[in-house]
Amino acid sequence: MTADAPARPAVRRRRAPYPVVLALLAALVLAAATAGVMAGSVPIPAGEAWRIVLHRLVPPLTGADWQPVRETIVLDVRLPRVVLCGVVGAGLAVCGTALQALVRNPLADPMLLGVSSGATVGAVLVVVAHVAVAGVFSLPVAAFAGALLALLLVFFLARTGGRTTTVRLVLSGVATAEVLSAVASYLVVTSDDPHAADSALRWMLGGLAGTTWTLVPVPAAVVLAGTAVLLGVSRSLDLLLAGEEAASSLGLDVHRFRLAMFVVVALMVGAIVAVSGSIGFVGLMMPHVVRLLTGAGHRRALPAAALLGAAFLIAADLAARTLIAPEEIPVGILTALVGGPFFLWLMRRKAAR
Amino acid sequence: MSGELRAEGVTVVAGRRTLLDDVSLHAAPGQVVGLVGPNGAGKSTLLRTFYRVLRPTRGRVLVDGDDVRRLPGRTLARRLAAVPQDSPGEFELTARDVVAMGRTPHKRAFAGDGAADRAIVAEALADLGVAGLADAPFDRLSGGERQRVLIARALAQRTGALVLDEPTNHLDPRHRLDVLRLVRRRGATALVALHDLNLAAAFCDRVHVLRGGRTVAAGPPGDVLTPDLIADVYGVGADVARRADGTLRVDLLPGPKETR
Repeated sequence: MTADAPARPAVRRRRAPYPVVLALLAALVLAAATAGVMAGSVPIPAGEAWRIVLHRLVPPLTGADWQPVRETIVLDVRLPRVVLCGVVGAGLAVCGTALQALVRNPLADPMLLGVSSGATVGAVLVVVAHVAVAGVFSLPVAAFAGALLALLLVFFLARTGGRTTTVRLVLSGVATAEVLSAVASYLVVTSDDPHAADSALRWMLGGLAGTTWTLVPVPAAVVLAGTAVLLGVSRSLDLLLAGEEAASSLGLDVHRFRLAMFVVVALMVGAIVAVSGSIGFVGLMMPHVVRLLTGAGHRRALPAAALLGAAFLIAADLAARTLIAPEEIPVGILTALVGGPFFLWLMRRKAAR
Repeated sequence: MSGELRAEGVTVVAGRRTLLDDVSLHAAPGQVVGLVGPNGAGKSTLLRTFYRVLRPTRGRVLVDGDDVRRLPGRTLARRLAAVPQDSPGEFELTARDVVAMGRTPHKRAFAGDGAADRAIVAEALADLGVAGLADAPFDRLSGGERQRVLIARALAQRTGALVLDEPTNHLDPRHRLDVLRLVRRRGATALVALHDLNLAAAFCDRVHVLRGGRTVAAGPPGDVLTPDLIADVYGVGADVARRADGTLRVDLLPGPKETR
């Protein structure tokens, strides 16, 4: 029997119990959502906002003592936007967590890897060239195809001799993103449809202005289903963190698994980008915060990431539309302002190890 | 637990380089077989064909009589555990997380770790003397501690066969002995790449010597590890003596090999 190595309390990490973490994050989402519904050109108190929502869900619960216009503001203007922000933020955070495991790199993010740009090109193609192969689903389907192509391209560009180094991954991601953004810009500029330029701008900067309920169901369903699939394979995602050789020796068919999960992530990013454009750095930052809270195991990290991402993007969108009201900042600009420095800090911390 | 390992005429060609050339090897259930040879001899390449990171260009690799390429990944991982040379980094995994991965081949997708799994993980951590580090982040451990955690993961897989790629290279002398003793005591068939010829002599039933991807010699350590072979394969002189208890002692001699 070998002698026991001494315990090292200094490197132990104390964590709150998992249910507490989840409950706190859920409370955070509700708080952010409440603030999101309250704020705007017509301020609405939290109590009234909640009563309006409850009244719609379960009418007998409360009486309707508010002006109809306030109900319209809450239910038809602010709530769909808040819900979509939640869906998009949750999806981006989940995709970022999964991507970081799949490419085994903590700097992975849907936008940094060019996935969002690929989706943008797909979406712009549909709008500008009126390629509508799949009816109402043309936009998300085209965005998905673009996302998947970009992801595969970046992954294989970054891979040499079975290894994916951080430098090559980030460089090929950035280069691919640039090229694809240029393609999207070119398509917009050369288009003779003035409406196309408007909606294309929204995708490129990332924003959720003018959200209505019709935009919500497709991304919500895709994000929910994708998250469920990723949760189902959380053990395999964990194995990838141990390295490809180790994962393979533990029974995982690494190549087939990674390809299948790329498809899942691309589907989610496609559905998200189709409604929100490319919002960067959410998928980069949330996983790191979540791993500090729950550890790296995906069965715990993924649900927490979804909640944190939702709360973060709802809050970011709130800031985006109130900071310089009545003007709006595209939320992608705000997340980049926060996320860029975070990215640099991560990179320096990694180098210091 | 049976755990029979066999390589039949395994050849691995990567690009234009032949990494392994027609290597055959057999480890009967319970045997510990050492793979020795200079850097680049093909030791890791041969081991990788067993845990399916590499596909033999020709030949077959068998575990318990079944071609590893025809077994489902999980089935193979319940028969054969590996300690590869690469190790995780950068993510917040604890030593316990890493060892718990050894239970994955035994679990269904949605199943969590049960009490039995946790007991097996705790036992493996204790066996390798790293129970005190269970909650420490894996990537902040020393090289030797990480290596012991990875061996603990392989033991937690509870397989009949083990494939170990230089399991002792970061370990201090005491832990080298401990790790190999532990492997012996487990009774699992083991294929171990080793650089330390004394360890190979002391712990292996048979040693298999590779050079340039080819088998140079194979057999019991006493027959194989002769001064001539060591001079031939490694290009260093060696003094080989038998201790009172019958084990071999190999002393590498400084200076050119002609000194003897």
